[in-house]
Amino acid sequence: MTNILTVQNIAKTYNMRDGIVYALNDVSFAIKKGDFVSITGPSGSGKTTLLLALSGLIRPTSGQIIFEGKHLENASDKELAGFRKKHVGFVMQNFSLIPYMTAIQNVMVPLSLNGHVSAEQQVLSSAVLELVGLENRKNHFPRELSAGQQQRVAIARALVNKPSIIFADEPTGNLDPALSTEIMEFLQKINKELNITIMMVTHSPQAANYGNVKIMLEDGKLNN
Amino acid sequence: MNLLKLVWLELGQRKTQLISGILAITLGIGVIVAIRSISVVSEKAVAINLDNLGANIMVLPQGASVDNYYAADIDAPTFPEEYVERIVTSELKGVDNLSPKLTRRIDINGQKLVLTGILPKNELASKPIWQNSGLFGAELNAACGPSPSNESLGYKDEKLQRKSIDSLGISDCLIGSNAASRLKVKEGDKITVAGTELKIGKVLGETGTIDDDRIFAHLHTVQSILEIKDQVSAIEIMGCCNAISDGLLGKLRNILPDTKITTIGQIVSTQIKTNKLMNQISLIILIIIVFVGGISIGNYMWANVNERKREIGILRMIGYPKSSIYYILMLKAAIMGLIGGIIGYMAGVLIAWFLGPYIAGINIAPIPILLLWSVIISVFISLVGSVLPAWFAARFEPYSNMQEV
Ligand SMILES: Nc1ncnc2c1ncn2[C@@H]1O[C@H](COP(=O)(O)OP(=O)(O)OP(=O)(O)O)[C@@H](O)[C@H]1O
Ligand SMILES: [Mg+2]
Repeated sequence: MTNILTVQNIAKTYNMRDGIVYALNDVSFAIKKGDFVSITGPSGSGKTTLLLALSGLIRPTSGQIIFEGKHLENASDKELAGFRKKHVGFVMQNFSLIPYMTAIQNVMVPLSLNGHVSAEQQVLSSAVLELVGLENRKNHFPRELSAGQQQRVAIARALVNKPSIIFADEPTGNLDPALSTEIMEFLQKINKELNITIMMVTHSPQAANYGNVKIMLEDGKLNN
Repeated sequence: MNLLKLVWLELGQRKTQLISGILAITLGIGVIVAIRSISVVSEKAVAINLDNLGANIMVLPQGASVDNYYAADIDAPTFPEEYVERIVTSELKGVDNLSPKLTRRIDINGQKLVLTGILPKNELASKPIWQNSGLFGAELNAACGPSPSNESLGYKDEKLQRKSIDSLGISDCLIGSNAASRLKVKEGDKITVAGTELKIGKVLGETGTIDDDRIFAHLHTVQSILEIKDQVSAIEIMGCCNAISDGLLGKLRNILPDTKITTIGQIVSTQIKTNKLMNQISLIILIIIVFVGGISIGNYMWANVNERKREIGILRMIGYPKSSIYYILMLKAAIMGLIGGIIGYMAGVLIAWFLGPYIAGINIAPIPILLLWSVIISVFISLVGSVLPAWFAARFEPYSNMQEV
C-alpha cells in the first residue's frame, strides 16, 4: 500500500532564553493509508509538536513532510489551511467545541468552508451525528452534554468533511476508563470501516494498543 | 452554517458586551440626530416664517427669550393688556394692525398643545377709542400700504392667518391641523380645555410651524381659562416698513419702556445664529464620537478577540484561512455599527421628539435621510476601530486552542 504520509528528518526547535529547545529532533517515518498510529512517550517528549507539524498547524524548522506526494514544510499559510480543511480531522483532549453553538452547529462549521448550502449541511451533519449516536442530542450545547458526548460531537465534526486522516491528541485524556474504551472502539470502527488513517497521541497503554503502528518519542527523538 | 450565521450566533452570546461596545457611538449619533432634527426643522420654520408672518414687530415682556420666533411668547412672562391701548392712544404713525396674544402650553387628553388667546379684529376695531384713532380704517391702510420690500418678502394678506381672524366667538376656537388630528376632532366638534368647553369653528391648514399644534381662542376666554386676568404675553404689530426705518421701534420703546420690542428680522437672525451654533456643536460632537466611539469599539473588539482566542484557534485548526477570521471580525464590526447607527438614530428621534417642543417650540418629525447618515457614520467608525484587533486576531496561532486543557 502507498504511503499517505512520509516524514523525513524533521526537527522543530524553539529559541528560549536559556538556549535552544529541541521539541523534535531528526524524526523520520512513513505511514500507510489506513494505518492506526499510536504515538506515546513521556510528557514533553514532543508528541503534540509532532502532531502539529504533521497536520500543518506549525512548520518544522527543518526536514520534509510529504502528504500524498505534496510537501507541507514550505506550503503557505493559505495552502496549509486548505490542506487541513480538505484532508484533516482533529480530535482534541479538550474537545475544542465552540461553546455557543449546538452540537449540530459545531459539526456544520467545517462544511461552511466548502460552499455547502444550509440544507446539505443539515443532512450531512445529521448523518454523522447519527453515526456517533447523538441524533437525539443535535440541539444541545456542549455544556449540556457529558464529556463522552462532547468528544463524540468532536469526532462527528472531524468526520463530516470526509477527511483522509484524523489527528487525535489524547482523545481519552479527559474521560473515565469506560468512556475511553467507548471512544477508542469508535475510532477503531472509523479506521476499519471508513478506511480513515488515524494518528493518535496517548498516555494510556490500553489506548495505544488499538494502533497497528506504534511510534514512541523521547526527548524529541524516535525511540524504537 | 456560514460566516454571517457564525457572527450572529457569537453576537447573541454576548449581548451586554455588545451594548457596552456600541454605547459611545449610539449616544453620539443620538445627540447629533437630535440636534440636526431640531435645527433642520427650525431652519425650515425660519423660511416659512419669513413667508407667512402675520406681524413684523413683536412686543414681548422684558424677560422673554427671542431665540425662536414662533416660540418667543410661549410660557413667557406677561404684561398688562392695557399696553395695547397705550400704543393705540399714542397715535403712532405706521402701526398698521396689532394683535395682543396670550400663549401657554397645555395638555389636552394627554396631548401637549399650545393655547393662544387672540383678540379678533372686529372687537379691536369696535372699541370706541380705537375707532376714533382710525387705526383700522381703510384710509390708513391705503395711505401706508405695503412697501415694495414687504411685498417681495411675501407678506401677503391671505397668508396672514392670524391677522385674518376677523371674528371669533367667546366660546369658539380655531385649531391647527396637527392638533386636530392628534385630538381626533373636526370642525363643529367640541373640546374641553381646563374645564371650559370650546366649539371648533375651523381646522386651519397645515403650515409646518408650531401653529399646527396651536388652538386659537378668544383672548378673554384664554385669560380666564389660564387665570391670568388682563395680561398678555405678546403684542404682534404689523408695522409699515417705511415707518420702522423712520424709528417706529424707538418710539414704541418710549411708550412701553419695560418691554422688549423687536422686529422679525432680529428674531429670525437670532434663530439663524442659534441654528448655526447647533450645527457647529454637532460637528464637534461628530469629531468626538469618531474618536471616542472608534476607540471604544476598538477596545471592545480587543477584549472580545482575546476572549475568543481559543475559539479562533479552533476555526483556524479546522481550516479557516486568516482572511476568513478577518472577515468574521469585520462583519461583526459592521453589524455592531449598523445596530449602533439604527439605535442612535431612534434615540435621536426620541430626544428631538421630547425636547423639540421645549427647545424650538416645534414638534419634530423624524428625518429619514438622517438614518442613512447615522448608519454610514456608525459603520465606518466601527470598522475603522476594529481593523487593528481583527488584524491581530487573524494572526493568532491556529493551535491556540490546544495549549490549555
Ligand atoms: N511554543 C513553544 N515554545 C517553546 N517551547 C515549546 C513550545 N511548544 C512546545 N515546546 C517545548 O517542546 C517540548 C515538546 O512539547 P510537546 O508539547 O510536544 O510535548 P508532549 O509530548 O506533547 O507533552 P505532553 O505529554 O505533556 O503533552 C517541550 O519541552 C516543550 O516545552
Ligand atoms: Mg501534548
